[in-house]
Amino acid sequence: MLKWLNFPEWLPENASTFGEGVDNLFVLIYWITAIVFIAVMAVLIGFMIKYRFKEGRKADYIEGSTTLEITWTAVTTVIVFGLAMLSLPQWNRLKIPSQFPSSPDDVLVQVSGKQFNWDMTYPGPDGKLGTDDDLTLENQLHVPVNKVVHVKLTSEDVIHSFFLPNMRVKQDALPGRTIDVWFDATKVGKYEIPCAELCGFGHSGMLGYLNVHTDDAYAKWVEEAWK
Amino acid sequence: MNDHANESHDHHHEESFVSKYIFSLDHKMIGKQFLIYGLIMFIVGGGLALLFRWQLAWPDKPLPIIGVSQEYLDEGEVVSGADKMWEKWGEDDEENWFERTMHAGIIGPEFYNALFTMHATIMVFFVVVPLLVGAFGNFLIPLMIGTRDMAFPVLNMLSFWTSVLGAVIMMAGFLVPGGHAAAGWTGYAPLSSVPDFTGVYWGQNLWCIALIVMGVSSLMGSINYITTVINMRAPGMTYFRLPLVIWSLFIVAILLLLAFPVVASALALLLFDRMAGTSFFAAAGGGEPLLWQHLFWFFGHPEVYILILPGMGLASEMISVFSRKPIFGYKSMVWAMISIAFLSWVVWGHHMFQSGMNPALSMGFMTTTMLIAVPSAIKTFNWLGTLFRGSIRYTVPMLHSLAFVSMFVIGGLSGIYMANSPVDIHIHDTYYIVAHIHYVVFGGSVFALFGAIFYWFPKMFGRHMNATLGKIHFWLSFLAFNGVFFPMHILGVAGHRRRIHNPLDTDLRGPGGMEIQGINEFITICAFILGAAQIIMLVNVFWSMYKGRVAEQNPWHANTLEWQAPTPVPHGNFDQIPHVYHGPYEYSVPGADADWIPQTQADGEPSHGEPIPAGATAD
Ligand code: HEM
Ligand SMILES: [Cu+2]
Ligand SMILES: [Cu+2]
Repeated sequence: MLKWLNFPEWLPENASTFGEGVDNLFVLIYWITAIVFIAVMAVLIGFMIKYRFKEGRKADYIEGSTTLEITWTAVTTVIVFGLAMLSLPQWNRLKIPSQFPSSPDDVLVQVSGKQFNWDMTYPGPDGKLGTDDDLTLENQLHVPVNKVVHVKLTSEDVIHSFFLPNMRVKQDALPGRTIDVWFDATKVGKYEIPCAELCGFGHSGMLGYLNVHTDDAYAKWVEEAWK
Repeated sequence: MNDHANESHDHHHEESFVSKYIFSLDHKMIGKQFLIYGLIMFIVGGGLALLFRWQLAWPDKPLPIIGVSQEYLDEGEVVSGADKMWEKWGEDDEENWFERTMHAGIIGPEFYNALFTMHATIMVFFVVVPLLVGAFGNFLIPLMIGTRDMAFPVLNMLSFWTSVLGAVIMMAGFLVPGGHAAAGWTGYAPLSSVPDFTGVYWGQNLWCIALIVMGVSSLMGSINYITTVINMRAPGMTYFRLPLVIWSLFIVAILLLLAFPVVASALALLLFDRMAGTSFFAAAGGGEPLLWQHLFWFFGHPEVYILILPGMGLASEMISVFSRKPIFGYKSMVWAMISIAFLSWVVWGHHMFQSGMNPALSMGFMTTTMLIAVPSAIKTFNWLGTLFRGSIRYTVPMLHSLAFVSMFVIGGLSGIYMANSPVDIHIHDTYYIVAHIHYVVFGGSVFALFGAIFYWFPKMFGRHMNATLGKIHFWLSFLAFNGVFFPMHILGVAGHRRRIHNPLDTDLRGPGGMEIQGINEFITICAFILGAAQIIMLVNVFWSMYKGRVAEQNPWHANTLEWQAPTPVPHGNFDQIPHVYHGPYEYSVPGADADWIPQTQADGEPSHGEPIPAGATAD
């Protein structure tokens, strides 16, 4: 029974460096909201039982209480502001390009959504996109483990959304624009890349795969791919 | 306050059937018209949801009854009437959209997309707004502020018939070649703006046109509400003696008035893109897809508060009456609604955290969104305060109001997760949001609405609804509602995307790698129970109109003015325009001989009634 109420347990396995930061926020909010919910329900049900109609007892005439109003306004404001402040560093780290990590070892790839596939374009040996040695694969994203991956995200037609549940990444892909996305996978494996934004009749089946390789396996894949 | 209102139009004009029931100018009749119309659209919107819930639970299986039999699927053997129908239909040469998109009674992806798009469009624009704002706004405003009718009765009548026109146009979309709009109720461009991306042509155009027409109807209504509340309050009815439901409807009218022009312009641009070759939203032609989202949500967020504020107002009335206590913190309730109204203009970006809008904006939108949770929390605490030391009567309207409070709490708390932009990264566009929406709009607004129908039915139709049926309907709905929507939270956290035709397309897993399609089946079964329960409600409404127990003038011993008017309420509402001496919630005042003091009762005047007897509270 508890399994159905324990939201954090339902998060997909996290396999990225920043995923833990996001999950921690989720867990924090989970506990705050769970406690608030239980407290409110306890009071509600308690009052419902205690103050139910009884013969001969009249309701008390109470119009309100300024102290209480001020208290609960202030407490709620502090909690929600606190949450906003706590989440700011996470957000900046994940989404603001000027704060992305960057080193020469990083991997670069272009991902382009089109009804109803993900085109993954790799820059090839020269490390530059838009040159002759680029390689485009449909729906297969290959990256090495423990390396920062920079994604240049775009779309050819409608809006799609690049969703990596296990990396805690989601970013809409917009036609006519390129958006920078990054992640750093910490676990070798094959993960799904569904499209999360309604993009037409094939939306449901629009699915790519993220293949996170060990360094050796990745080197081997590179060798095969640009043979 | 307003001399004009005092000159009663006593001269009783003869009314024909048409002027009484069809093109009626009487706010009460228009309110009832909106009620019937909203309930009919509710059946349509709910039916669509049951169709796509079937597909989600048992993907690509033929629908029961209208789908083909298993034998036909396996062997091509015609054994049922449905088999015959689809076989015959398949032989027709003519291109038929239904035939193509739900061949053999299996819901195909195009049809699926049209189904959820129209479900949400109908529920938001043609059910919740007409019922909460149209039906109750019309019926309650003049009665509760103590006047004879709306400021502009003809405009009021036009508002109703314009909205019917909107509904007819919207429904026509199901019949055009290419099928109905399939870009979601949010209609994101360029999916919605370039016909080739969906294959939908007139469906989406009609969707735009119908929404514009619907908006014109809302504009007429809101101008009327605002004028009426400002100018036509009975003598003594100051702003801070207005019942909270009137405050909520007044604020909603202002929101509608300001929000509609924005979405109307957006819809017009969308139509231009589709029909006149412009590219406001198409990047290929130099347009900006995000412009649509900004315009839509600038309207859309106030719109979601348009859906909930009247529910808050209605629930406040019922909670006070059935606790026999004043609303706790009346003024802070009013200020909370006013601040929600202001804040709702500056939070729209929370729908766009992952959209590609400048990520630096998220900080601002996250803060304003978190802030809007504060007045919501204040209202909740005040409802609890109202119950405190009350004398609570568990009538059917009260059960619904308490359900409203608890479900709204869940919806508000789930909002906090999404307001937090890093957490929203994972749950955006998943079933988590579907859960949130439904906790606030169904658990919130619709439960308040059911309670309100029950509560004001005696004044509307002069008869009571049946309490036993009411309780059965309540408990079934309440349990089935939670069975449907609570599990959606965990599906969303697991990564179940919204708006997908087949959940088996991805390999979704729960804790420990468990399969989770079973949850979808459970949800669908609960959805069918929820749907079936609504039949009880409909039977109760229509049966009670003619056969219900005849109602006395003020069966709940309530203070507000509508209960001081005779039942059935005559044309012109009051024999004499009432004079208001009190706020609306003077219940259980110490020293008074009854536990209620009507707003019309002057100090020192003898009380109008006896304390409410226990037996009378059952319904
Ligand atoms: C405590 C107050 C609330 C907060 C903090 C809140 C927060 C949010 C956020 C952040 C989203 C966007 C999530 C996303 O797309 O990732 C959202 C969506 C939504 N909210 Fe709320 N919300 C609150 C109350 C309400 C109320 C009262 C209603 C309506 C009655 C409502 C109706 C909706 C709807 C319909 C959507 C989904 C729109 C769509 O994408 O189709 N919310 N809410
Ligand atoms: Cu998609
Ligand atoms: Cu919003």
